[in-house]
Amino acid sequence: MDLGPHAAFIWISYTAVVAVVGGLIAWLVADGRRQLAALKALEDRGVRRRSSGDAGGV
Amino acid sequence: MTRFWTLVRRDLTLAVREGGAIGTALGFFLLVVALMPLGLGPDLNLLARIASGILWIALLLSALLSLGRIFESDSDDGALEVMATSSLPLELVAAAKATAHWISTGIPLALLAPMLGLLLNLDIAAYPALIATMLAGTPAVSFIGAIGAALTLKARRGGLLLALVVLPLYIPTLIFGISAVSAVTLQTGAFVSSFLILIALSLGSLVLGPLAAAAALRIQMQ
Amino acid sequence: MQTLTQRLANPTRFMQLSGTLLPIVAGAASVAILYGLYLAFFVSPADYQQGETVRIMYIHVPSAWLAMMAYALVALSSFGLLVFRHPLADVSAKAAVPIGAAFTFLALFTGSLWGKPMWGTYWVWDARLTSVLVLFFLYLGLMALRSSLEDENLAAKLTAVLALVGVTLLPIIKFSVDWWNTLHQPSTGMTSTVDPSMRWPLLVMAIGFSLLFFALHMKAMRNEVLRRRVKALRLADVARRDAVAAE
Repeated sequence: MDLGPHAAFIWISYTAVVAVVGGLIAWLVADGRRQLAALKALEDRGVRRRSSGDAGGV
Repeated sequence: MTRFWTLVRRDLTLAVREGGAIGTALGFFLLVVALMPLGLGPDLNLLARIASGILWIALLLSALLSLGRIFESDSDDGALEVMATSSLPLELVAAAKATAHWISTGIPLALLAPMLGLLLNLDIAAYPALIATMLAGTPAVSFIGAIGAALTLKARRGGLLLALVVLPLYIPTLIFGISAVSAVTLQTGAFVSSFLILIALSLGSLVLGPLAAAAALRIQMQ
Repeated sequence: MQTLTQRLANPTRFMQLSGTLLPIVAGAASVAILYGLYLAFFVSPADYQQGETVRIMYIHVPSAWLAMMAYALVALSSFGLLVFRHPLADVSAKAAVPIGAAFTFLALFTGSLWGKPMWGTYWVWDARLTSVLVLFFLYLGLMALRSSLEDENLAAKLTAVLALVGVTLLPIIKFSVDWWNTLHQPSTGMTSTVDPSMRWPLLVMAIGFSLLFFALHMKAMRNEVLRRRVKALRLADVARRDAVAAE
């Protein structure tokens, strides 16, 4: 695919979008895992929410 | 309404008694303007062309320095809580304090600007326009600034944060202030429209500023 | 009868609903974006004026659109927090700000790269670019204010006030930037209308990006709900232990 004399600009633009969106997704997934792990650690220690039993909502 | 003016007078008295604050803002204004030719080179034609922009930006920065003062000392010593429980609505308390800031900082800065214009080779014909636009535009600076001051009252890094929060909101005032002055220096002929829009901005900020500042103060007092 | 927002007020129900919705939205977003990329690179023609660089438009315009939509969402959520005290409103506002800021940055970055071949320079003080830059500053202000307040409740409400002030002033800022721009230079060629052959790929990409935004926002909201749950549990745990120690 020939993108003409300004191919570099196009590729850098698309790479930037992929990098930023990928970074966002990676951060969100890692953050979600961290929270779930923290929640699980607390529940293993016997700390539960008042409305326990619906930990499945997590 | 008398209580409103009593509060304005009290704040003005405090500002004068404390001294320093007004002088510091004026000194900063002078210094920023004086640094510009040192940075840009002493070309008088260039300076005359960009004088209105330099003066307006320097004025915003100088006013920014003193914005924190609007609520800070009264919040520290608890006077603000007393005012909040008085019969005067908190919106009017915020308005009174912003008015006092305008009188004690905005007006002196606006009056100093023409003298600094001399340093920048600003066209003498533009002086009335410069003073008029600065007097008309500085209420917006004080009243929008009051929002930022109220929001950052309890924040860490208050001063820097205040600049980050408030400066983007000053853009309309800056643009129309500069465009009114350069209408005279560059004869673009848009003085009246820019000036009227500037006044509209100031009047709008008289409403928005106290409303938002009082909301922010109320949240922090709960 | 409960409205949808009322039913969503319960975080547990939100977690259930978003748990089923998230994979669907994320899947739809990937399909739309992949199809949009195919259209953008293999189907849509090169512009007769701009040549191949017009392909940057397919990511630039959706990013700019999301930058504005995200701010509208932040403002709406802030309104919901301050007026209706909706429990999820702050979660939504807090989650939307960094994502909106990221797309605003992308709009600026791709706009600058698109501008270089067109204008011969990376940055021109074009009215639209300048407005997006100011929007980026507003996002920065929101993030800075929130991060500098320790009390989360206080941070939520004060940030909401700032977001509402920002959304009130945004049209005025836009108007003043347009005015300033026409005063200083003739408008740049970016306002030209989009050719029909490019409209369809652009629409597909815009839909894909919007779905992507909703997926990211939903995930960020879920994380935030979990974070608050963890925090509440930790506090409860400490209080319980203190009570035990006191006996």
